[in-house]
Amino acid sequence: MQNLVEVINLKKKYGSKEAVKDISFNIKENEILGLLGPNGSGKTTTIGMMLGLLKPTYGEILIDGKKIEENRIETLQKINFISPYIELPKKLTVRQNLIVYCKLYNVLNIKNRIEYLVEKLRLEDLLDRVTGELSSGQKNRASLAKALINNPTVLFLDEPTASLDPEIGDFIRSFLENYKKEKKISILLASHNMNEVTRLCKKVLMMKDGSIIDKGNPEELIRKHGRKNLEEVFLKLSRSKDELY
Amino acid sequence: MSFIKIYGLFLRHFYLITRSFPRILDLIYWPSIQITLWGFISNFFASHSAYYNNAVGVILTCAILYDFLFRTSIGFNMLFLEEIWSRNFTNLFIAPIKIGEIITSLVITALIRALIGLIPAILLTSPLFGISILDLGIYLFFLFMSLYIFGITLGILVSAGLLRFGPSFENIAWSTMFLLAPFGCIYYPVEILPEFFQKIAYLLPLVYIFEEARSILIDHTVNYKNIMNAFYLNGVYLILAISLFYYSFGQARKKGTLINIGE
Repeated sequence: MQNLVEVINLKKKYGSKEAVKDISFNIKENEILGLLGPNGSGKTTTIGMMLGLLKPTYGEILIDGKKIEENRIETLQKINFISPYIELPKKLTVRQNLIVYCKLYNVLNIKNRIEYLVEKLRLEDLLDRVTGELSSGQKNRASLAKALINNPTVLFLDEPTASLDPEIGDFIRSFLENYKKEKKISILLASHNMNEVTRLCKKVLMMKDGSIIDKGNPEELIRKHGRKNLEEVFLKLSRSKDELY
Repeated sequence: MSFIKIYGLFLRHFYLITRSFPRILDLIYWPSIQITLWGFISNFFASHSAYYNNAVGVILTCAILYDFLFRTSIGFNMLFLEEIWSRNFTNLFIAPIKIGEIITSLVITALIRALIGLIPAILLTSPLFGISILDLGIYLFFLFMSLYIFGITLGILVSAGLLRFGPSFENIAWSTMFLLAPFGCIYYPVEILPEFFQKIAYLLPLVYIFEEARSILIDHTVNYKNIMNAFYLNGVYLILAISLFYYSFGQARKKGTLINIGE
C-alpha cells in the first residue's frame, strides 16, 4: 500500500529551542498511526506542521505525494483535522456550519454530502440546533462531520474522544474504524487514551522532547518493554532519561 | 480566487448576523446614536458659528462619513476577532482558502456590516435635522469609496497584527481609529493643527477626504486634487497593508502564532 503521508527529517526550532528534532515517518493508505508522548513532547508542533499552520525549520512533509509547503492549498483540500481545543462557530446551527465548510472546501453536492454525514454520525436531531448549545458529545460528532466534509484522504485527530462518556467514545472509535476501512484513508491519531490507541492503531510513534524515542505495533512494544499494557510502556518511556530506540 | 470559498466565508458571518437580533440592533444602535448626537451639536454650531453659518449639514455629514470609516475598519477587525473568540481560527486556516480569498470575503462582509449600521442612521438625518448627505452629489460616491478603502486598509493592518502577535493585539484593534482621528481633521480644517501635526495629517487620505467634503458643502467647489490625493494615498497604504498581512501570515507560521491563537 502506498504512503499517503511522508514526513522526512522534520525539524522545528523556536529560536534556540528545538521543538521537533529531525523526525521521519510514513502513514500508509488505510492505516491509523498513533502519535503518543507526554505534554510538550512535540506532538502538537508536528501536527501543526502537517496541517500547514507551522513552517518547518527543516525537512519535508508530503501528502499524497505533494509537498505541503509548495502545494499548500492543494494539500489542504485533501486533509482535515479535529481537536477538542478548536470548535465550530457556536452561534451557527450544525447545518449552517456544515454548509459553510462545504463551501470552503468546494464540496460539489452539498446536500448529499451533509445527508451522508448526518446519517453516519447520527446527527438528524442536531442539524438545526445551535452548535454552542450542544453537549460535548454532540459537539464532537458535529466537529467530526466537519472534519469529514471534504472526504479527506488524510485525517488528523487530536484527542478525538477526550471528555466524552464511554458510550459516545466507543461510538466515535467504531465509526472511525469503519470509516477508515470504507474509504481507505490515513489517520494520524494523537491521544492520551492508551486503550483507544491500542484498539485503533497498528503502529504507534512515541515522542519525547521533540524526538521519536520508539515506534512499532502496540503489542510488540508491550512485549519489548516487558509491560502489561501500552499505558505502562508510555509511563516507562516518558519517565526514562534516554531511550532506547 | 474561488468565488464559492469567498461566499462560504461571507455566509459564515451572514448567518451569525441574521441569527441574532441583538447583533443587528448593535450594528444599528451606535451609528444612530452617534449621528443623532452630532446632529444636535451640528444644529448648535450652525446657529452660533460664522464658519458653519451657511452649511448646517457640514458637521453632521462629516460625522456620517467618519462613522462609515469607523464601522468599516472596526467591522473588518470584528470579523477577524470573531474567529479567534469562537475558537474557529484553526478550522479556518487549515481550510484550503487563499489569503486573498479571506481578505476579499472580509472586505465584502465589512462593507455590508457598515451599511447595515449606517443606512438607518442616514435615513434618520433627514426627518430629524432636515439634512441629506446626498447634497454631496456624485462626489459622495468618491468620498465613501475612499473612506471604505482606508477603513479596510486599517482593518487589514490590525488583522495583520492579530495574526502576528495574537489576541494581545486586540486592544490596538479598538484604538486605531481614535489614534488617527485627530489627524484626520474630521470636524475642523487642517490649518487648526500645529504645523508638525499638519505634516502628519497630509500623509493620511483622511484629511483630503474631509477637506473635500467641507469644500463642497461650504464653498460649493470641487477640488479634484483632494480626491486624487486621497485615492493615491489609499492605493499606497492598501498595497502596504496587504503585503504586511501576507508577511504576518508567514511570520505567524514561523513563530507558531497560528497554533497559539487557535487554541
